[in-house]
Amino acid sequence: MKSKADVVIIGGGVNGCSLAYRLAKKGLDVIVVEKKYLTSGATGACGAGIRQQWSTRENTQLAIQSVKIFERLSSELGQDIEFRQGGYLIAVHDEKEMKQAEKNVAMQRSLGLKVDILKPEEITGVVPILDVQGMRAIGATFCPTDGHANPFKTTFAYADAARKLGAEINTHTVVTNVKTAKKAIRAVVTDQGTIQTDVVVNAAGIDSKTIAEMVQVKLPLTPFRKEILATERLQPLFEAMVISFKDGIYFSQQKEGQIVGGIPIPEEKGEYKTMPTFAFLSHMAQTLTRYAPVLKHVNVLRHWTGFYDVTLDARPILGEVKEVKGFIQCSGFSGHGFMISPMVSFLLTELIAEQKTSEDLESLNLGRFKGKNIEKELSVVG
Amino acid sequence: MKRSIVCRCEDISEEDVIQAIEKGYTDIEELRKKLRIGMGPCQGRVCIQLVARILEKKTGKKISKIPLPTVRPPLVPVSLGTLASEKNEK
Repeated sequence: MKSKADVVIIGGGVNGCSLAYRLAKKGLDVIVVEKKYLTSGATGACGAGIRQQWSTRENTQLAIQSVKIFERLSSELGQDIEFRQGGYLIAVHDEKEMKQAEKNVAMQRSLGLKVDILKPEEITGVVPILDVQGMRAIGATFCPTDGHANPFKTTFAYADAARKLGAEINTHTVVTNVKTAKKAIRAVVTDQGTIQTDVVVNAAGIDSKTIAEMVQVKLPLTPFRKEILATERLQPLFEAMVISFKDGIYFSQQKEGQIVGGIPIPEEKGEYKTMPTFAFLSHMAQTLTRYAPVLKHVNVLRHWTGFYDVTLDARPILGEVKEVKGFIQCSGFSGHGFMISPMVSFLLTELIAEQKTSEDLESLNLGRFKGKNIEKELSVVG
Repeated sequence: MKRSIVCRCEDISEEDVIQAIEKGYTDIEELRKKLRIGMGPCQGRVCIQLVARILEKKTGKKISKIPLPTVRPPLVPVSLGTLASEKNEK
C-alpha cells in the first residue's frame, strides 16, 4: 500500500469505486480502502433498480442526469454493466396516492422526463403477469426510461477502470483512525499502514457514522435492515420494475431470469442484526403472489439482508463538512445509492478536482439539517 | 473444446474461474458476484468447494483459510405459494 495520496476514499461500494475512477481520470492520485471486499455492503445487497420518478425536484434531477450517464457507461468503462431500460411501474392504490402521483408526474414532466399515468386496464399491457384487482390498484405511473443495471458488474467495471488509471484499491483493509491537525485532514490510519492525505471521502455506507466519529463529526444516519429474495430463473416474463409505496413492495425480473424483490420487514426497527427473517419471507410471498398470482409456482432460492443508511429527509449527505477541511461525505443514500451514483461521483469530482460547487451539492450538505425546512423525499420503497 | 464444469447451475467452467482469479477477483465473495457461482438452485453445494480448491491452487492461500460465502436461507428451493400459505395476511 502506498503511504501518500491526493485522496483516500473509505468504502469500496459503487459510490467509492465510481468516484475513484472519475478522480483518477482527472489525474489525481487515489487510494480506496475497503474493510471487506468490493460490493460487500449496501451495493452488493441492493435491488439493482434505477428510477427517475421521485417526489422532490432535486432527486428527480439527479436521477435523470444519472440515467444519461448510465446509458453510455458500458462503453465508457469498456465492460458490460447490463444496463436495461424496462421502465418502472408504480402502482397507485387510492385517491390520495393518485393526487400525489399527479403532482409528481407534473413536476417530473417539467424536467423533461417521459412519464405517464396508466388506467387500471393499461397496467397488464406493461406487466402481463400482474393481477390488477389483487394488487388493489386504481392506476399506475410508468416511466419507460427507468430500469436496472448489475450493481456488481458496475462496481467491478469502475474499479478495473480506476486501477488502469493508476488508482490503488485495497480490499480487506480496515480504517482504524482518521488524523486531523488544525481542523484539517492529515492522514488515514489502517491495519495495513498509514496514508498521508489532505482529502478523505467517507463512502463507508452504514459505517460512515463510525468513520465520522473519528474526527468528531456527528452524522444523522440510522441503519435500516432490509431483506430481499431471489427466485429461480424463468423465461422472460416482464421488463419493468413493479413498485408500490403503500405496500412497500418492489420486484423485477433480472437479466438472467430470476425475480428479485423486497418489502419492509414487519415490525422493523433500526438496528444492525443481519440474519434474514421468516417474517419477511412470508410477508413478501403473500404480497408478491397477490400482485402476480402466477408466481406461486415459482421457487425462492435465497434471501439476504442489506442496510439502508437513512437520513432524516431520505436524501444523501454529500460534500465537505464545515468542521473539518478535506473531510468529504458520500453517504446517507437511504436506499438509493446505486441509482444516483453516476451523478454523485460527477458532483464530488467537480468539488475535489476543481473546487467547484453546485446548487445540487449545496442542498445535500450536512449543514442542511441545522436549518428548519428540510423537504422529505416521499417516494421511498422497500 | 473441453470444458471442466465447476458450477452446473450457472454453467461456469474451471477456465472461467481461473480467468477471473487472474483478473484480480481473489475473494470467494467477489468471484461469486462476478461469475454467479453459488447463486443457482444448488446454492453453492456443488461449486463452492471446487472454487475454493482452485483459489488455493492459484493464490497459495490455504483452503482452511478461505472463508465460505454467507449461507442464505431457505436452504432448499421453496415455492412462493408454500411460503405465502402462512396465515397472517390481514
